[in-house]
Amino acid sequence: MTPELDTLPVWVSLPVTLLLLLGSAIVLIGALGLVKLPHFFQRIHGPAITITLGTGAILVASMIYFSALQSRLVIHEVLITAFIMLTAPVVAMLIMRTAVYRDLRARERGKTPPAVKDGEASEVYPFSTKKSLSAKK
Amino acid sequence: MTALLSLAIDITLLSVILAMLLCMIRLLLGPTAQDRVLALDTLWMCAMLLALALGLRFASIIYFEAAMLIALTGFVSTVALTKFLMRGEVIE
Repeated sequence: MTPELDTLPVWVSLPVTLLLLLGSAIVLIGALGLVKLPHFFQRIHGPAITITLGTGAILVASMIYFSALQSRLVIHEVLITAFIMLTAPVVAMLIMRTAVYRDLRARERGKTPPAVKDGEASEVYPFSTKKSLSAKK
Repeated sequence: MTALLSLAIDITLLSVILAMLLCMIRLLLGPTAQDRVLALDTLWMCAMLLALALGLRFASIIYFEAAMLIALTGFVSTVALTKFLMRGEVIE
């Protein structure tokens, strides 16, 4: 461990510790959700908390830590935060639109896509194929 | 207190690596292509968090640039992959 770590006061290292533990727990929960949830449209909610709260907690912890370590304001982690907050909804929308489009295309060809084979998926995926396809064309 | 802080940094590193392994599981056995793209996007995010946690571990500011670059390239690659899955080509 680096020697400068001993100079940190308690009121800095306590919130950094708590934020790091919160962030790591949330990252783990998000990855578990990505693996365990049964359907794609449920699975996309797992990484969402990783991206928002987990990344946010670790970034704020990094900001406090480096500000205390260098005894000046080090806030260029705000750049990453702003970028993530801008791009995370765009990426989520693109992936969801891709999933909907590919499921519709697979149904149009007459075979069920592999993600909706398990029975309970019909209420997760509520709209009927022919109506939405003809409305689109 | 500093022992607790270094322990918390180590826990963060371990849990981010574990999350990357779980994402790798989803990437390998995800039934559809969009599952794999989602897992790859989460893997990029976890790699960025890993770079940040390494910066905390070694108390070095250099890792910030690595995290920034990983975030940027992760976004671009995910957009390109979803575009390819939806349209069949990246640039129309």
